[in-house]
Amino acid sequence: MEKKYTISIYTENSVGLLNRVSAIFQRRHINIESITSSASEIEKVSRFVIVVSLSEEAVKKVVGQIEKQIEVIKAFYHTDEETIFQESALYKVASKSLFEERHIQNIIKNSHANIVTVNTEFFVIEKTGFRHETEQLYSDLAPYGLLQFVRSGRISVTKSPMNIKALLTRLND
Amino acid sequence: MTSKKNITGSEALIHCLLEEGVDLIYGYPGGAIMPFYDELYKFQDKLQHVLTRHEQGATHAAQGFARVSGKVGVCVATSGPGATNLVTGIADAMIDSTPMVCITGQVPSHLLGSDAFQETDIIGISTPVTKWNYQITDVTEIPEIMAKAFYIARSGRPGPVLVDITKDAQFASFDFNYTPCTGVRSYKPVPKIKTTSIDAAAALIEKAEKPLIVWGQGVILGKAEAEFKAFVEQSNIPAAWTILGVSAIATDHPLNVGMVGMHGNYGPNMLTNDCDVLIAIGMRFDDRVTGNLESYAKQAKIIHLEIDPAEINKNVHADVAVLGDVKQTLPLLTEKVTAKPYTNWFAAFKKHDEIEFEKVIKNDLHPTKEGLTMGEVLKEINRASNNDAVIVSDVGQHQMIACRYARFSNSKSNITSGGLGTMGFALPAAIGAKMGAPEREVVAIIGDGGFQMTIQELGTIFQTQAAVKVVVLNNDFLGMVRQWQQLFFDKRYASTEMVNPDFVKIAEGYFLDAKRVTTREDLGSAIDEMMASDKPYFLEVCVEKEDNVFPMIPSGASVSEIRLS
Repeated sequence: MEKKYTISIYTENSVGLLNRVSAIFQRRHINIESITSSASEIEKVSRFVIVVSLSEEAVKKVVGQIEKQIEVIKAFYHTDEETIFQESALYKVASKSLFEERHIQNIIKNSHANIVTVNTEFFVIEKTGFRHETEQLYSDLAPYGLLQFVRSGRISVTKSPMNIKALLTRLND
Repeated sequence: MTSKKNITGSEALIHCLLEEGVDLIYGYPGGAIMPFYDELYKFQDKLQHVLTRHEQGATHAAQGFARVSGKVGVCVATSGPGATNLVTGIADAMIDSTPMVCITGQVPSHLLGSDAFQETDIIGISTPVTKWNYQITDVTEIPEIMAKAFYIARSGRPGPVLVDITKDAQFASFDFNYTPCTGVRSYKPVPKIKTTSIDAAAALIEKAEKPLIVWGQGVILGKAEAEFKAFVEQSNIPAAWTILGVSAIATDHPLNVGMVGMHGNYGPNMLTNDCDVLIAIGMRFDDRVTGNLESYAKQAKIIHLEIDPAEINKNVHADVAVLGDVKQTLPLLTEKVTAKPYTNWFAAFKKHDEIEFEKVIKNDLHPTKEGLTMGEVLKEINRASNNDAVIVSDVGQHQMIACRYARFSNSKSNITSGGLGTMGFALPAAIGAKMGAPEREVVAIIGDGGFQMTIQELGTIFQTQAAVKVVVLNNDFLGMVRQWQQLFFDKRYASTEMVNPDFVKIAEGYFLDAKRVTTREDLGSAIDEMMASDKPYFLEVCVEKEDNVFPMIPSGASVSEIRLS
C-alpha cells in the first residue's frame, strides 16, 4: 500500500551527491514529490528531505540504496505522524488589489500570513504551514490575480531524536 | 608517508599508483590525458602501460586482471569519447563488484561546461554505475582523492571508482604527500557482526533436514575460500554455486552439487523448492538465479550471509540475516554446526543428476551426432588443462556451456560477465587475466558474435604477446538469442544469423598462431597443440549451428519449471 514517506538523509557536503541520490529514484521510476537540501544541525553536514509516495517495502529498499552511497552518513524514512513538517509559499499580488479590495486584507489576516514587502507595484505575502493551508491561501488569493506563486519543498524534523552527532563520533573512531 | 617537493599533478598521479602497489595499467591516450602519458613515459620501468585498441577493452582487461588477482584493476582514458567508451566496463564492474579505478582526463577547468572539444560530463554519466566518483580540478587534491579511490574500490563490497582530472590540474605543480586512506567517516565498508544472528542461523541449520547452501562471488571477493570449505565440510550440507561463485571450491568436491540459475543444474534448481533451509552466502538472489520470486524457495527458511546491508530483503526475504564479511562470519557459524548425514537429501541430488545426465549432459559431452557440441570442446579443455585453467567466457550460449562444464581446481578461475552480460567482455578480460596470473593457463571461450565486438584486441595480444588461448565457438548465429527465438518466438530468427569472416585469417593478420577445427577427430589434438604453445593462440571451433543450452528456466518461470529439452 502506498503511503507518503519523508526520507531524511545526512550527507557530506559534496558536489554531485544530489545527482547520485536522485539517480536512485529515477532508476526505479519513482517520482520525487519534493526535495530540499540544506545545512543540518552539524557543521559541514548537509541534510536532504525528500518526500515520496511508496509502499513501506519500497521505501526501505530505496533508503538502503541511499545509505550505500559513500558520502551518505545516514538515511531515515518516516511517516507524517512521526515528523513535524512545514512548507513555505510566496504569493505576489498587484498592490492595487490590496488597496481596492477590502476582502483581501481579511484573507491575509485570517490566514496568519505575513506581508514580506509592499511597494506601489506589488506586495509579497509569505505563508508557512501545511500543504492544505498554503493551498487554501492560494485559492483565496487567486480571484484577485496572482502575479507569481511559489512553494518550497517540505522541510521536516522528526519527533524522535536523531543521534547523528554520536554516530559521526563513532564513525570517526 | 611519501613526500615529493614541487612535482606536477601528472607525476603525482603516477606516484599515487606506485604507492598503491600498481605496476600495470590499461589505457588509451588522448588530448586531455596527455600530460599523464608524458609522465608515464619517464616511469616505464616501474609502471607498465598496456595500450588496448579501444577504451572498452582497457576496462575489461582491468576487470580480468582484478578478478584473477584480487587486486584493483586500473585503466586510463582521455576525456569525451575516451571516457564514454569506459562506461560499459564500469557498469559491468559495478554489477559484478569488481574493484577498479578509472582515471579520465578532462578539459581544462576554465572550459568546463563550455562544450569544449572532447568535453563530456563523465561524472554525471558515470554516477549511477560507479561506487564513487570525483572530479579533480585542484592539483593539491590528487593524493587524498587517489588514496580514497583505491580504498573505496577495494574495501567492503568492491566496485569501480572513477576519478576525472582536468588537464590544468595535471600540469600544475605542488608539494606531494601521500598517506594511504584507512577510512572515510560516512562509509562503513563492513557491517558489525551481530552474534545473535550467528546463533539464529546455527539454530535453523541445527533443525534442518534438507539444507542447501547457495554461494556466490562474495566468498571469493572476501578471500574466504578456506573458511567456506571448512563450513561446507563441517556442516556436510550440499552446496550449489552461482556463475560468479564457482571455483571457490573445486568442482569435484563431493559436496559441490552444481550450478543454480537459468542454465544451472537440474538438482540444485529443483531442490531449491524442496529444501527446508537455504543458506545464501555472498550472493544477491539475481533474477537469473531465482526465476520467479513468487515461487522461489517459499517453503524454506532463508539465511543470508552478506556484506552489503542493501542486499538483505532486496529480492528474497531473509529469515536470518548475517551481516558481515564472510571471512569473519563463516568461522563463527562453522563452530556452531555439526555434520548430519542427510542421506535421503543427497540421494535426491543424485537422482536429479542422473536424469540431467541422461537427458542433457550425455548429449553435450559425448555426442553421437556428427556436428561438434560446445560441451565437448570444454571437456577437451578440461582434459588438456588438467581441470586447472582460468576460463574467461563472453556472453551467450558458450558462456553457459563454459560455466556448466568447465572444471576448476583453484579459486578465481571463472572470469565472466555475470550481471551485465556484456558481449565483447572475454577477449580483453582474458588479456588482463593472463597478466594478473601469468603462471596460469588462461583460455578465453567466446562466441562468434561477442568476438566481433572487441575483435580489435587481437592487436593488443599481438603487441603484448600475452599468451592467451582464444577459442571461438562459431555457430554462425547469435546463439542464445536464436535459442530464445526458437523456443519463444516461433523460430523467427530475426537478425541472429551471422555471415562471418574468416576468423583464422584475421588472427593470422595479427601474426597469431591460428587454427580451425571442424571435426571431432581433430578437436583433441588441436586443443593439445593450443595448450602446448607458450605463445598466444587462436582456435576456431565450428560447432553445430542450432544446438540449444539446457536445462533452462524460461524467463519469469519458477526454478522448478526448469526444462530439460
